[in-house]
Amino acid sequence: MNKLHVAEMDEIAARHPEIFHRSFWSRFRVPLIVLGAVLYGVYCWWFFAVGAVLANANWSLAGTYLADWVSYEVRPEIRMDGHGTMQIVYPRFSPLGDNPNPDWLVAERETVTRTIETPAAARPAAPKSTTSFMAPGAALGGSAAAATGAPATETRSEEVVTRAEIAMGRSTHIEVLPGEVTVQHGGESLRATMSDGKVVPETGPLPRWAVQKRPGEKIILSFGMAGWAEIDATEVSIRKRFLGWANFIFDTRSPFFGRPAADVFALIAWGERIDPQRSNLSLAWNNILYNSEWQHLDVWTKLLQTIVMAFVGTVLATLVAFPLAFVAARNIARNRFFNQLTKRFFDFQRSVDMLIWALFFTRAFGPGPLAGMSAIFFTDTGTLGKLYSEALENIDDKQREGVKSVGAPSVAVQRFGVLPQVLPVFASQALYFWESNTRSATIIGAVGAGGIGLKLWEAMRTNSDWENVAYMVVLILIVVFIFDGISNALRSRLIGRSHH
Amino acid sequence: MAANTLPKDFSESGALIERHWQELAARRRVYSWLGLSLLVLALGGSLWFANETNAGKFFDRLPYLFDFVGDIIPRDGSEIFRALFDLPSPYDDGSFKYNYPEGRLYVTDSLYVPEYFYKMLETLNIAIFSTIVGTAIGFALCFLASRNLMPNWFVRGFVRRTMEILRAFPEVVLAGFFLAILSLGPLPAVIAVSIHTIGALGKLFFEVVENADMKAEEGLRAVGASWIERVWFAIVPQVLPNFISYFLLRLEINVRASTIIGAVGGGGIGELLRLSIGQNHEAKTLAIVLLLFCTIVAVDQLSAWARRRLVGDQAFQLAQ
Repeated sequence: MNKLHVAEMDEIAARHPEIFHRSFWSRFRVPLIVLGAVLYGVYCWWFFAVGAVLANANWSLAGTYLADWVSYEVRPEIRMDGHGTMQIVYPRFSPLGDNPNPDWLVAERETVTRTIETPAAARPAAPKSTTSFMAPGAALGGSAAAATGAPATETRSEEVVTRAEIAMGRSTHIEVLPGEVTVQHGGESLRATMSDGKVVPETGPLPRWAVQKRPGEKIILSFGMAGWAEIDATEVSIRKRFLGWANFIFDTRSPFFGRPAADVFALIAWGERIDPQRSNLSLAWNNILYNSEWQHLDVWTKLLQTIVMAFVGTVLATLVAFPLAFVAARNIARNRFFNQLTKRFFDFQRSVDMLIWALFFTRAFGPGPLAGMSAIFFTDTGTLGKLYSEALENIDDKQREGVKSVGAPSVAVQRFGVLPQVLPVFASQALYFWESNTRSATIIGAVGAGGIGLKLWEAMRTNSDWENVAYMVVLILIVVFIFDGISNALRSRLIGRSHH
Repeated sequence: MAANTLPKDFSESGALIERHWQELAARRRVYSWLGLSLLVLALGGSLWFANETNAGKFFDRLPYLFDFVGDIIPRDGSEIFRALFDLPSPYDDGSFKYNYPEGRLYVTDSLYVPEYFYKMLETLNIAIFSTIVGTAIGFALCFLASRNLMPNWFVRGFVRRTMEILRAFPEVVLAGFFLAILSLGPLPAVIAVSIHTIGALGKLFFEVVENADMKAEEGLRAVGASWIERVWFAIVPQVLPNFISYFLLRLEINVRASTIIGAVGGGGIGELLRLSIGQNHEAKTLAIVLLLFCTIVAVDQLSAWARRRLVGDQAFQLAQ
């Protein structure tokens, strides 16, 4: 190929000045826009104090919360009772039920008989946190009665634990003896003694997975996904993490709890009635629906409310927007005043945020799906009406003229001259809104307008029910995907696959 | 036409055609009625269910429907503007209802920004910033998801599924999760809206890219351009107007979304609106509604004007 001479190149440049001498704006438009966006980003970084917020964020919580989505913890506590013995205590709502005896916790027990002198000492393992939390009255009553009693000696025999061994993972073991804890993790080991309210590590510097903030204070051990443990002066708290959702089908109060699946099926199919009032099947179903941790019935009802809100809101909006769009379209209703009135009405409904409608209707109807449905209905009437009237204004006039020319009345002109052109577009847009409302109805619910939104929000507020959040999110995703599929299939039938 | 005026005397094939047509028409009518009755049934069932599970019943509450209108009428019309501009109220009794000047945000000793304007700015910033972030990431991802630029089906499918999940994931959960970690403030809202925007815009973007004219790309491929060069010089100039149009459309949607996210704890004007409606502060409520209304109208008009300039009237297909 020949090389161009300089003169030829100049000539080409002179012939196409619009390419070689573009204006400043057209040459630097893209970098300028990007620069503007970056500068705006810097401004927002300052405005939202992003740096400070990120620095103060509780990132260790993030890991725990995320792990909570798909796993649960079992939390035994091994308490030193001051007599060279120990007790194993589970919180009241342990996922293992009222009588947990897991095989990963091996305890050596023996029965001791001892004489107890004062009432205060008679309650060596006075429940201080989780156990007393739910029944404060009972605990208080008990200790009050004991405190007023005369100091007397009492002999009682009780079962105590002298040694406990916990298998946290393949390479992680915790051995608890009275006043002494030995931990093996990842080939390293740690021995700590507890005495006089102090925890003292005995094996030199602490390994990486153990943290003691100040000498003598509690030691926190973290084993990653296997869980963590805390060695305090008087107790060792174990948090062993298990993958999965605990008690998803039957909660711990159910008679079916803890049985293997085959056993449950056998019981339902031909077992003796557990509750003489009703069959085992209905009992099991009832237990599932009213599972106290997962609240299946409530979650499903709320989810159905969300679906119903989106569906009814969209259908009603379509029904109202449809006739109004004919009034608003310039080429159909030849009345400037009514055109403008309807169009401004649509604009008004669109521009009042869905949030405002939702809050107002929550006040009018009380919390529930009626409020959310009305909010969606009001907002979408405006948007659909605007879209419909624009579609009507863009129709081909020839069909109308044809129908008019044979002397058809006005209604017939609309029915046979206009409707066949716009109906597929109308239906497709309504389906589209149905689909997108199914997605957005969740968040409307969070302000009280019914549906699963509020339930989600409440579950998140406690910061301990993330597994319930995960369950609801999975349900929502399934529903959204199914409805997306239905809506896409119907729409591609209506208007062809080319334009979604 | 002769055929139309001949209802009876058909030829043999004519009668066949007529019968066939009638069959088709009848089947079509049956399907239409079936679909319609299904819709009516579903609507009726839904309405019944909604009414049954609502706190107040529809017909019980209907007479009181407009009570809240009475609740939001302030003592006099100018109260709204006093609330809006943080001017002292003559009815001030020390309660939260009339303490308008307390929200003032002083820039200098005498110059202040009224509280609601500042909060509205916060909401707008949430919307704009998260739209920019979402657009930037969606832009980077969309080329990996389009069939004509990414022949590897695994990468394409992975990016598409990711976008679908980001789009369908409830924003309220994202906001709540980050609220738990980052503590109160607008940042959780920014993250939630951004993530949703990535999914929503990414889908629209890759559909545009798939419809792009590939001739320019072939030309660049012929002279040995790399993948990035082909995308940047052949595809991006074609799709940029559509991308910007979708960006503006998304901005409109995100202004609304960030208001709602604000109401569930994300800061901004939404939270103030929820509080003032909940506490019966009429003038404050109306001031916020007015401000929100004007802002949304302004954003919509601005964006519609910009889109019309960019891509003409075809920009007005709504999308989310």
